[in-house]
Amino acid sequence: MSYVIEGKTGSWEIVVGLEVHAQVVSNSKLFSGASTTFGAEPNSQVSLVDAAFPGMLPVINKECVAQAVRTGLGLNARINLESRFDRKNYFYADLPQGYQISQFAHPIVGEGTIEIELANGETRKIGITRLHMEQDAGKLIHDQDPTKSMVDLNRAGVALMEIVSEPDIREPEEAGAYLRKLRQILRYLGTCDGNMEEGSMRADVNVSVRKAGEPFRTRCEIKNVNSIRFVMQAIEVEAARQVEIWENGGEVDQETRLFDAARGETRTMRSKEDAHDYRYFPDPDLLPLVIEQEWVDALKAALPELPDAKRARFQSEYGIPFYDAGVLVAEQAVADFYETVAKGRDGKLAVSWVTGDLFAALNRTGKTIETSPVNAEALGQMLDLIADGTINGKIAKEVFEDMVETGEGPEAIVEKKGLRQVTDTGVIDAAIESVMTKHADKVAEYRSGKDKLFGFFVGQVMKETKGKANPALVNGALKSKLDA
Amino acid sequence: MSLDLATTRRIAKLARIGLEDAELETVRQKLDGILGWVDQLSEVDVEGVPPMVGTETEALRQRDDVVTDGNCRDAILSCAPEKSGPFYTVPKVVE
Repeated sequence: MSYVIEGKTGSWEIVVGLEVHAQVVSNSKLFSGASTTFGAEPNSQVSLVDAAFPGMLPVINKECVAQAVRTGLGLNARINLESRFDRKNYFYADLPQGYQISQFAHPIVGEGTIEIELANGETRKIGITRLHMEQDAGKLIHDQDPTKSMVDLNRAGVALMEIVSEPDIREPEEAGAYLRKLRQILRYLGTCDGNMEEGSMRADVNVSVRKAGEPFRTRCEIKNVNSIRFVMQAIEVEAARQVEIWENGGEVDQETRLFDAARGETRTMRSKEDAHDYRYFPDPDLLPLVIEQEWVDALKAALPELPDAKRARFQSEYGIPFYDAGVLVAEQAVADFYETVAKGRDGKLAVSWVTGDLFAALNRTGKTIETSPVNAEALGQMLDLIADGTINGKIAKEVFEDMVETGEGPEAIVEKKGLRQVTDTGVIDAAIESVMTKHADKVAEYRSGKDKLFGFFVGQVMKETKGKANPALVNGALKSKLDA
Repeated sequence: MSLDLATTRRIAKLARIGLEDAELETVRQKLDGILGWVDQLSEVDVEGVPPMVGTETEALRQRDDVVTDGNCRDAILSCAPEKSGPFYTVPKVVE
């Protein structure tokens, strides 16, 4: 345990569990045929079901169920072939029904695990308690009018997956690693876009503190934290607040709190003081959801390769280190790019170009892997030119920069600028002769035992050939001439 | 089973129903009567009987993931007690 809070009465450890709300990728809503597209005109994607008109009945979207099952499979979790829907009752202006349809006692997905990796390279398993499906609420807009809030129901009824972790997290960093890994898995699966800025992934954070070896103490829930950095900050300040209360002889109240990032503090949400009295009961409009094992098996067979598996395969198939493989699989688009470059080529050379020169170029030009000025095929062709001796590694840097700037193919650039590597031994020998004549004094020094000068001669010959000479040929020829 | 006044007050609050103190005892008695009536069910021995979730034998019907609805803002907002432009409006609620 590396993260502890040193209080007046000794060391405290933190206990954290996360509830992540992930918006499901689907065309239409969980229980209605209205569209889910982000950013549409207010209230244009609302059906009578979403607006909770009397007599409207929910009909479940099969694809949303499939997405929940895929996610469960991706989290190595148990899939429950029978699950049920309940009503979670509360009043709020963004919830026209007066209840949220959710799964309480019988969720579609049970226990699973996520393996996270920390900055020091260690891995840890974090337990998943459950995943259930539920409806998202609408959106309130507060800044348009001094006395009114505006209600937009476009989001109301969009399918969410609530993914609940075990209270296994012991450090703010682990919470960050957990969220990044979960988001990575969701993106690979294509079940949630993981975009925290647009609110398609949000986290509720449960925090408590305790002395080593104690049972759990009272926890507080910090609602709707919308970035990984804020989750880590919220855990730190909330844990510090609780330690202070306990050490001053107080009691931590179980309550719902808000994280105020600007002030760096958490505070009570007074409106939610009854929030835990949801009076769940089975939704009488919805029969139990029953799915077939064969259908689950078919979904499983069609799952894409997930980050951990891809990382292991990259290591064995392309002979690259664990760390590099991790960098590549962090985003699926980067992994795909790499694989196009590396297929049938030198995997180690490919990783150094992708994570080195390419990433640097993307940074510099403000582009992403999707909008990269150099595509994977072109970078691959350039590696071919290195492999077949057309250009050497040093010239390749120059060719690559030109590719970034002009978007031209590597062969065209090599021809246009005359960068073809010199392998003609006549030309190389001539350059060596010229260098040895110009630096006759250095030749004498070298021959009297100053071996270190060899590098100097290599440099001069490369300069003479404008960097295009094949370095291996230069080394060989130079050695035999100097030692003659 | 006997419902007390404090619980009655809490149920009313959760349901957002305003009750005068004078009404409270009447409502308590009525609710208590309903609960007592329903409570007769607990006299039946259901040991080993799976919970009945509906009168139908079929499982939940599922629909395809296609957009078939929406784009009816004017119709929906026509029923709103208060609106402004494309929005419903409510008294300001800010945390």
